[in-house]
Amino acid sequence: MRRFIVVWALALVSPVCLAAGAHKPTDSVYINLSDQASLQRGARTFVNYCLSCHSAAYMRYNRMAKDLGISDSVLKENLMFASDKPGDLMKTNMAEEDAKKWFGVAPPDLTLVARVRKPDWIYTYLRSFYLDEKSPNGWNNTLFENVAMPHVLYSLQGSQRLAGMDPETGKPQFTVVRQGSLSPEEYDTLIRDLTNFLVYLAEPIKLKRHSIGVFVILFLLVFLVLAYLLKKEYWKDVH
Amino acid sequence: MIDDRVDNGRRRFLTAVTGGMGVIGGVFAATPFVLSMAPSERAKAAGAPVEIDISKLEPGQMIKEIWRGNPVWVVSRTPEMIESLQQVEGELRDPDSDNSIQPGFAQNDYRSLKPEILVLIGICTHLGCSPVQKFAIGPESGISDDWPGGFFCPCHGSKFDLAGRVYQQVPAPTNMVVPPYKYISDSLILIGEVGEA
Amino acid sequence: MSKFMAWVDERFPATKVWEEHLAKYYAPKNFNFWYYFGSLATVLLVLQILTGIFLTIHYKPDVELAFASVEYIMRDVQWGWLIRYMHTTGASFFFIVIYLHMFRALLYGSHRKPRELIWLIGCVIYVALMAESFMGYLLPWGNMSYWGAQVIISLFTAIPLVGEGLAEWVRGDYVISDATLNRFFAFHVILIPLILAALVFLHIVALHKVGSNNPDGIDIKKNKDAKGVPVDGIPFHPYYTVKDLVGLVVFLILFCLVLFFLPEFFGIFLEKDNFAPASALQTPEDIVPLWYFTPYYSILRANTVNFFWIDAKLWGVIFMGLAIALFFVLPWLDRSPVRSIRYRGFQYKLWLTLFVISFIVLGYLGFKNPDNVDLFLFKNVIWAQIFTIIYFLFFFLLPFYSKSEKTKPVPERVNFK
Repeated sequence: MRRFIVVWALALVSPVCLAAGAHKPTDSVYINLSDQASLQRGARTFVNYCLSCHSAAYMRYNRMAKDLGISDSVLKENLMFASDKPGDLMKTNMAEEDAKKWFGVAPPDLTLVARVRKPDWIYTYLRSFYLDEKSPNGWNNTLFENVAMPHVLYSLQGSQRLAGMDPETGKPQFTVVRQGSLSPEEYDTLIRDLTNFLVYLAEPIKLKRHSIGVFVILFLLVFLVLAYLLKKEYWKDVH
Repeated sequence: MIDDRVDNGRRRFLTAVTGGMGVIGGVFAATPFVLSMAPSERAKAAGAPVEIDISKLEPGQMIKEIWRGNPVWVVSRTPEMIESLQQVEGELRDPDSDNSIQPGFAQNDYRSLKPEILVLIGICTHLGCSPVQKFAIGPESGISDDWPGGFFCPCHGSKFDLAGRVYQQVPAPTNMVVPPYKYISDSLILIGEVGEA
Repeated sequence: MSKFMAWVDERFPATKVWEEHLAKYYAPKNFNFWYYFGSLATVLLVLQILTGIFLTIHYKPDVELAFASVEYIMRDVQWGWLIRYMHTTGASFFFIVIYLHMFRALLYGSHRKPRELIWLIGCVIYVALMAESFMGYLLPWGNMSYWGAQVIISLFTAIPLVGEGLAEWVRGDYVISDATLNRFFAFHVILIPLILAALVFLHIVALHKVGSNNPDGIDIKKNKDAKGVPVDGIPFHPYYTVKDLVGLVVFLILFCLVLFFLPEFFGIFLEKDNFAPASALQTPEDIVPLWYFTPYYSILRANTVNFFWIDAKLWGVIFMGLAIALFFVLPWLDRSPVRSIRYRGFQYKLWLTLFVISFIVLGYLGFKNPDNVDLFLFKNVIWAQIFTIIYFLFFFLLPFYSKSEKTKPVPERVNFK
């Protein structure tokens, strides 16, 4: 038995190490899918700012409303394009050809972005835009260099310049050029809520999956006791 | 090798309890598979209520829409058409719609909310063909000399009056189905939802 | 009831089959932990076929629709997420179970005479399973699906003369495309499952012909009582059915822990790059095969020099093929007079341990860039070369020491408590 545990532990642990790659440092973000208020604020930011160019084409508005506790009227008035129905997929109104013309690439679908990128990455990325005259749209990003996306939230964050890299942490340092309408703390909260929402969006079932899992495991534990007693009972015969 | 002093009662009890638990677990495990075949969110979205604009519907005319893959008819009945409903009652199989499917509000003489506007699912209750409109009266209709106007199913010859009620001596067993609907405004009908009573 | 069974038995050997394979199939009473994995593998085969059928109901094998149809299953189909996670988790657990099942054979000599055919059929099952999972992995049409298939099918091009044409024939196109997806779908849902089911049937028929081995490697049929029942045997039913039930529930608990709480399993069971749709323009940063292929992937990449007139790429493919093919001849490489590791000498224990270590380390290195240093001292590729050699030495040295090695005396009766 002991030998088995060692083999298992080795088999399991060895690939886990690969998860940590030598990538650029990111700031960590606290994700809480039970925080409906945060998810609702994130949804609002997503619809108002992201959905103009990006789709979330595997997600339906009414599913989002149901999961996040948003009423039908609020959904229709504040969180949807007028031409859409509640059961529709969350598709952007921007035509793909236009997007390619304007940005060079079509903005990717964001439904699953939080499963492709880590939440920390998204949180850091959306706070790392800086002014760069060499870039075609005037913006650059320390985490995703020469990204085609401009800083769509600059009216909120304000604009900043890259001052240099912190030699110890490897993280970028910025100097503020112009204040935005939000304070730095408010902006971080906004992005945190948006990241939280994107994590929800990538797997809407996650919370429910956990709660069903607890129930299933408890059921199996009870079943295990019974099965074990049954086995013990029969194996009394075997000497 | 086999011990004679086996407690058979305990053994049977444990087998029964474990077996019962296994059956419960099996039912739990089977449920997701069964439910996965029910209409998905996409199907539900496609089956969501449909709005029909009737502002351009002239009396004596009919418009067709699709709701949940079925044809939905909206007929604007003229006063003569409404009058004909009473005349044919004796020839109908289920004139009071007791054995037919319709929302409670439509189990009346007109089978509708407003007498002049008829809303029907355009499917024959016999074998699912879609009947054709035969609004012309008498010999002009090509059905019979005293035809008062109604619907005729080309598949097996079922006949319905202008409220979708079935005539006697045709194969269709019941009146055509009235879908749930409500008026959003005077010129806008929502198919698929009933209003509050 | 007995009347009914008599009626059936005249027409179908129901009672006979029941007795031969369960109620009067005498299995050694000293099965230990390692003997759960056969029945667990059968359960997993059933689970994969069942969940697979229900996924097929909603999945669309079309490059324009495949990725979206998987997300449709995850979001719009009621409980579709659970069925899909069962299938993906089941695939990985299948390989865990099969590897442990195979390791059991190496521990206790279950592949040795007279069970060579059971082992051979098992090896074919293993290869069929690899084909099954490889093709299944293309179906979600994620970016890793696409590039993984691209890399593996490109292996064929290493074969001289016919390689290029063979790769095109397999793809049905010059690149991985709709044609490839469609045929992989057909193979994954029909052809290989049929083959697997048939092979598993043969595997069990062959096992029940010769009887099960046990941790002592003793032939229990040599020692029978007056009724002709092996003294160390017990009927499979009810004794092993209830015991396997306990094993199954423990397994299900582990399975459900992953299924409900870690379905991605740190990006190993479901890789992050596969949540982006296939793109011919963008290769994922680290192309990695599924975890259960990584040992062979390491062996494939380990060779970096051209021997004789054959170039390194082809050698890699040859070594990888050999690494799998050697399993088939294992019963004939092993010439020890005893079966079980309990009575074998030091050298087999040493080499089996080294073999397991090399398999795990090669598996680990398969995830890594060959030019990095992830272990110590040497680059990954050097370690891969060292452990590839150890892997092969396990097979090649076996015929030499196994016959002469000093063994312990094997007891008459099995060890039981």
